[in-house]
Amino acid sequence: MLNQATITETLPRLRNGEISARQLMESCLNQIQATDPKLRAFLHVDAEDALRQADAADAARRSGEANDKPLLGIPLAMKDVIAVKGQPLGCASKILAKFISPYDATVTQKLKNAGAVIFGRCNMDEFAMGSSTENSAFGHTRNPWDLDRVPGGSSGGSAAAVAADQCLASLGSDTGGSIRQPAAFCGCVGVKPTYGRVSRYGLVAFASSLDQIGPFTKSVEDAALLTQVISGIDPRDSSSVPEEVPDYRLHLKQDVRGLKLGIAKEYMVGGLDPEVSRAVQAAVEQLQKLGVEVQEVSLPHTEYAVATYYIVATAEASANLARFDGIRYGQRVDGNDPIELYSKTRGAGFGPEVKRRVILGTYVLSSGYYDAYYLRAQKVRTLIRQDFLKAFEKVDAIVTPTTPTAAFKAGEKSSDPLQMYLSDIFTISCNLAGISGISLPCGFTSNPKLPIGLQLLGKPFGESTLFRLAHAYEQSVNWRREKPPISAANK
Amino acid sequence: MAAVDIDVKYVAFLARIGLTPEEEQAIGSQLKTTLNYIEKLNQLDVSQVEPTAHAVPLVNVVRPDEPRPSMPTEEALFNAPAKANGLFLVPKIVE
Repeated sequence: MLNQATITETLPRLRNGEISARQLMESCLNQIQATDPKLRAFLHVDAEDALRQADAADAARRSGEANDKPLLGIPLAMKDVIAVKGQPLGCASKILAKFISPYDATVTQKLKNAGAVIFGRCNMDEFAMGSSTENSAFGHTRNPWDLDRVPGGSSGGSAAAVAADQCLASLGSDTGGSIRQPAAFCGCVGVKPTYGRVSRYGLVAFASSLDQIGPFTKSVEDAALLTQVISGIDPRDSSSVPEEVPDYRLHLKQDVRGLKLGIAKEYMVGGLDPEVSRAVQAAVEQLQKLGVEVQEVSLPHTEYAVATYYIVATAEASANLARFDGIRYGQRVDGNDPIELYSKTRGAGFGPEVKRRVILGTYVLSSGYYDAYYLRAQKVRTLIRQDFLKAFEKVDAIVTPTTPTAAFKAGEKSSDPLQMYLSDIFTISCNLAGISGISLPCGFTSNPKLPIGLQLLGKPFGESTLFRLAHAYEQSVNWRREKPPISAANK
Repeated sequence: MAAVDIDVKYVAFLARIGLTPEEEQAIGSQLKTTLNYIEKLNQLDVSQVEPTAHAVPLVNVVRPDEPRPSMPTEEALFNAPAKANGLFLVPKIVE
C-alpha cells in the first residue's frame, strides 16, 4: 500500500510517474478513515485541502518544477503546536479551540517550498506538557501496537500517525523528550535536533530554551532528509544558530568503523526493564560488529536532570503561557475587570497538568524563591551540560535506552504526576544540555509485543554522526520491516 | 531550603489562574510531592558554577533597524473574541 512506504522509497516512483501525489494522499486518507476512529492520532483532517495540495503537487511535477522541490507530493502531518496558515492551531487545549493560524511557521514554509503536502493536526499533550498524550483536552491517542497503551507524549499523535502508516512522516516538538519518547513507544524514528538547529518561529512556545521541532519517520534516511529541509538559521528566531546545515544524506552511508560510542553507566541502572536493557545491549554489540568502538562514559549529574527540568521548563512555561488571556485570541470567559477575566478564562481553558506546571513555574520564579529554585536549577544545568561536553571529548556519540520501559497502559501513571515525569529520565538531559538526539527501533518486548527504542545522543550540531550511526545499525537489522497490525487496516 | 507548603491561592493569583477549592487542594498536594523530589538539587555544591540560561552561547543577535511589513490588521483580529473599530475589545482598565 502506498501509505506504508518510506519517503525515500516513494520519491523515485513519483518522479517516474508510476504513482501520483493524489494516489499517495488518498492512500493515507483511506488509512486514516479506517484506523483513526480507534487510534485518534488526529484532532483535525481537512481531506479536501490535502487532496487539493496533492493535485497542485502533481501539476507542479508535470510543469517540471520537481528539481528544486525535494519533497514534492509527500504527505506530512503536523503536531498541533506548529503553525500552518489557515489551519487550526490548538495545542490540544480548550483555550485555543477554534483558533485558526494566520501565519506559517518557518518549518511549514520550508516544507511547503520543498513541495510537501502539509495536512492534519496531530493530537498531543496540551501545550506539549506530558509524556503520554493523556493530557490532551480532546481525548487521548492510542499506541498502534496495543490500543490499551499510550503512544507516549507529548507528540503522541505525530508518532502514532507515522507508526500506523497514516502519513509518510510527521513533525513534532521535543522539550524534554516529546519526540524521542513517543518514537520509542511507537516504533519509529524520532529526531531532536540540536537546540538552535531548527527555527522555533511558529512553534507555540512551551520552554523557550529547551524546545526544538523535529521529524518522525519510518527510516533514518527519511529523518536525515526531513531534518535537512527544516534546519537552518532564521532571522525571525534569534535563538537559531548560524551553523551551516551539512548535507546529512551525503555522509549517511559512510562506514562507521572507528567511530567511538559511549555507554553512560548512570543510565543502565535499576528501574530499567530487563527486556529493554537486553535489546539495547544487543544493539550495542551489533554496532561493535560494524566496527564501532565502545567505552564507558560517566554523566555524573544524570540523577538531577528531572528535578532541574521541572524547575526550568515550568518557569519558562509560566512566562510563555501568560499570553493566553482571552484578549487577542482563543476562548474568553468574561469578568468584571481584566484580572477576573484572565483568571476565569485561564481557569476554564487550561487543563489540570497545564495549571500544575504554570503554578509551579510561577512559584519557582517568585520573589523569595527564585534563588533557591530557578537560579540553582540553572547552575545544575551547567553541570549537566559540562558532563556531556566532557564525555564528547572521548566519544562521538552516547548510546542509551530511550525509555526505561516500553509503552505503559493508559491511566497507569496519570494520577501520579511525579511517576509520569520520571519516565522521561533518559531523554531530558539532552534538552537541558542543548545537544542532539535520535531514537530508533531496536527490538520488541515479548508479551505484549511493544517497540523498544535505542537512543543516540550527539554533540551539538553532531546530527551527521548520529544519522550515520543510526543508519548503519538500522540497515544491519530488520526492525523497520515490522508493522503494527493496524497498519494494514486499509486494504 | 526545606520544602514548604506552597500558598497555592497566592501563586494562582500571580499566575492569573482561577481555581476551585478542590483544585487548590489537589494542586497543593501534587506540587508538594514534586517539590519534595526537587529538594535533591540541594545536595549539590553549585557555589562555583555559572548559571546556564541558554544552551547555545549566542549574544547580541540583532538585525538592521529597518521597518518591515507587519501582519495586516484583519488577520491579526481574525481570532479575536471581541473586536470593534479594528481594535481588540477589552474590559475597562482605567476608571
